[in-house]
Order: sequence, then structure tokens, then C-alpha cells
Amino acid sequence: MITKRIIPCLDVRDGRVVKGVNFGGLNDVSSPVELADFYSRCGADELVFYDITASSDGRKIFTDILCETAKKVFIPLTVGGGINTVEDFDRVLKCGADKVSVNSGAIRNPGLVEQAAKLYGDQCVVISADVKRVDGVFRVFAKGGRENTGMEAVQWIKRCVDSGAGEVVLNSIDTDGVKKGFDLEMLDAVCNAVSVPVIASGGAGCAEDFVTLFKTLPKVDAGLAASIFHFGEVKIEDLKKLLKENGIPVRI
Amino acid sequence: MVAIIDYGVGNLFSLKSSFGAIGEEATVTSDPLELEKAEHIILPGVGAFEDAAKKLAATGLDTVLKEQVAKGKPLMGICLGMQLLFDKSYEYGEFDGLGLLRGEIRPIADVIPSGYKIPHIGWNSLHFTQENCSLLKYSREGDYVYFVHSFYAANCDDSVAAVTEYGAPLTAAVAKGNVYGCQFHPEKSGETGLRILKAFCETEAV
Repeated sequence: MITKRIIPCLDVRDGRVVKGVNFGGLNDVSSPVELADFYSRCGADELVFYDITASSDGRKIFTDILCETAKKVFIPLTVGGGINTVEDFDRVLKCGADKVSVNSGAIRNPGLVEQAAKLYGDQCVVISADVKRVDGVFRVFAKGGRENTGMEAVQWIKRCVDSGAGEVVLNSIDTDGVKKGFDLEMLDAVCNAVSVPVIASGGAGCAEDFVTLFKTLPKVDAGLAASIFHFGEVKIEDLKKLLKENGIPVRI
Repeated sequence: MVAIIDYGVGNLFSLKSSFGAIGEEATVTSDPLELEKAEHIILPGVGAFEDAAKKLAATGLDTVLKEQVAKGKPLMGICLGMQLLFDKSYEYGEFDGLGLLRGEIRPIADVIPSGYKIPHIGWNSLHFTQENCSLLKYSREGDYVYFVHSFYAANCDDSVAAVTEYGAPLTAAVAKGNVYGCQFHPEKSGETGLRILKAFCETEAV
């Protein structure tokens, strides 16, 4: 039986994991390679590396880290951040990424998803959308959630999937950082519009939030979170145990 | 030594690294002499069947592979590489495969109920259909492995070694003589996947 996936997300800048990390038993808590290895051993089903560097020097450090990770960690790696062209796809895929997530790049360059899907296959292209309610309408935001594009989110995501995106990461700006649970209403709207896997992001505050997510919305395929894992508030082993006890299929 | 065939399909960084992790020397190559020297051969692949089959034929590697298999050398196809081992594929047309195994590649959509998402992406469990399969000697019934595919091997003969359930039983692993294959990605399936690669490296020529 196909299982629900639990995905920690690592924001990387200048070779370090940015959001604070608070773990026992790890020597270098902000080394992305060490942390990725740690999560893999704890039962993470997949990892997302998000490059938040702006400089080209930073890009080189990031791809070096990716290579190091891919030499040690044998679960799927998705890479996002700064993906604007097919050359960017090529750059990270060569370093061991399995999937590439596009966000602002797909907004700026509407042909990017289709181009990349033709070159690397649908399974390789993940559309990541930052979405926020504005006057009761779901709107797509660009530039890390700072700029309202004015586009209606569900239609835009559907268009990206029609162009070849094989997976959707839906990040709700409304619930992100609030730690009161995932944005079930927004996720439901997207799940009903597309037939590819949907990954929920934004809002997880405790393990029970994942139980609620998968019980309420069986169509959601995966849950993504960053700080609750990094700070050790939720341990992946415990989370998976809890999901299993609640009848949700997970890989243990 | 393991030779990973490089015919311009997909990136092979993780696959090569995964052999390093189990202490096996692996080389990424399109050189027939290297394939001749290697004890085991891996046929990788992602993307479209037609494109991959054409590239194998254009480089002459299809013939080299068939010769090596005829000599008894163990060969394992991974993902699209597994699909290429079969007679033919109906992925957006009708195309010939290597014909090393009986069966054909068909869309998952033909056999699974509606409501199941395509591609089949994620961790799913293995259910053995062969007893004592050498490829799965370190695996257990129910082990989870990572799949990404929209097509599957149908109408196979007794080559199917394991299936996975996704609304219907889908061919997950094959083993017949010295020809092996995984629909899933062992190089992305954590320790479980590495154990399968190790088992393949221990298979002997026939």
C-alpha cells in the first residue's frame, strides 16, 4: 500500500541550515549534510533542500553540499530556490537532485514548467506555490511571499500541472509559522483540482496536525515541515508511530 | 566491478554513489570494453521509452547488452531500464524493447481504479511472487521501496519476482536467469534499496 510521506525541509544559506536547529546527538547541527543524513536515518521519506542564497558563490557552495548529501543519503532529494531556467534544473540534477521545485521562476517564465517537463520528465518537476487569501480569494504570491501576483491560485496550479508539473507543494502563507495546523480548506481546493500528488506545507505545530491532515484529506500525499523537526518538537519516528496508530499508512 | 551504462538518459550520480556506499566499485560507461570487463551491468533510465530505446540502438549498446547477457553476465535494469528489458512498450505508440524478458509495458491507468494518482509516486511495499529470489535475498516481504512511474510491465511470464499494490498488483521486481530488474529506485530506497543492490552484486554469472 502506498504510504503518506513525511518530508523535512532544509533552508540552506552559505552552506548552513538557516532555521535554528536544536538536536541532541548531532555534532554539527547546522551542517545540511549531517542533518540530511540524520533525518534519513530517522525515517524521513524524502528531503527538500531550499537554496536561499542570492550570490553565485553561494550557488556553488549549495551544489557542493548537494553532491556531498547525494553521496551519503539514499532517499529522494528535491531542490528548490533560485530555479529560473532549464540550466538551473541541469545544475542541480547533475549533483544528485531527483526533483526540482519551481516557484517564482515559473511565475516569471510561464514556459519553464513545460520546457523542463519535456527535458527531464513530469516526475522531475514540482510546482511550489506560496498562496494567501486576499479578500476571500486564494492568490499566488511571488518573491518568498512578499509580492501578490494577482493570479488565482487553484487555476494557476492547475495550469502548471497541465503543462507537466508532476507534483504540487502547496504552502499556505496564512497558516505558515502559526503552528495551528495545515490549511485544510486551501489544500482541499487544490486536491480537488489536480490529479497529481499534493504535498501540504505550512502550519504544522505538533504531530497531531499531521494526523488531522491525512484523516481529513485522504487525497493529500505528504506533509512537509521545517522548524518543528529542526527544533526536535516533533521527532519523525514518533510522528510515524502516531500516524500508524491512527490507521494512516506510513513507512516504518 | 559494476558497469552502469551511460547512454544519455538521466543522471547517474546517485546510482554510482549508492554502489560506493555498499563498497562496490562502479563505473559509468558507454564503452563496450568496460562492459565486457565488468562482472555486473546496470541499465538505468528515466524519461520516455521511445527516446531511451532509440538512444540504446543508436549507440549500438543494445547489441552489446544482448551479447553480454547471452554470455551469462548478470544485468539489472532500473525503472525505465527495467521496462526496456521487455519485448515492447505501448508508451505513446508501440516500440520494441530488448526482448530479454517476455511481456510488454502498458499504462498503469489501464489497470488501476479511478481516484488513484498517476504517476505512482512514493514508498510502497514489496510482495514476493518468487521463492528464494537471489535479488531479494536480503529483503523481507513488505519492505518499502521508492517508486516513480506511470507505466508498468504487463503480461509477464514467471520473471516477476515481486509486485506492489496500487489499486492493482504492479510488477515491482523481475528475475529470470541472469536478467534482473526493479521498477522502483533501489538507489533512492534507503537501506532497503542498498540491500537489493548488494544482493545483485552477489549474483553469479550463469
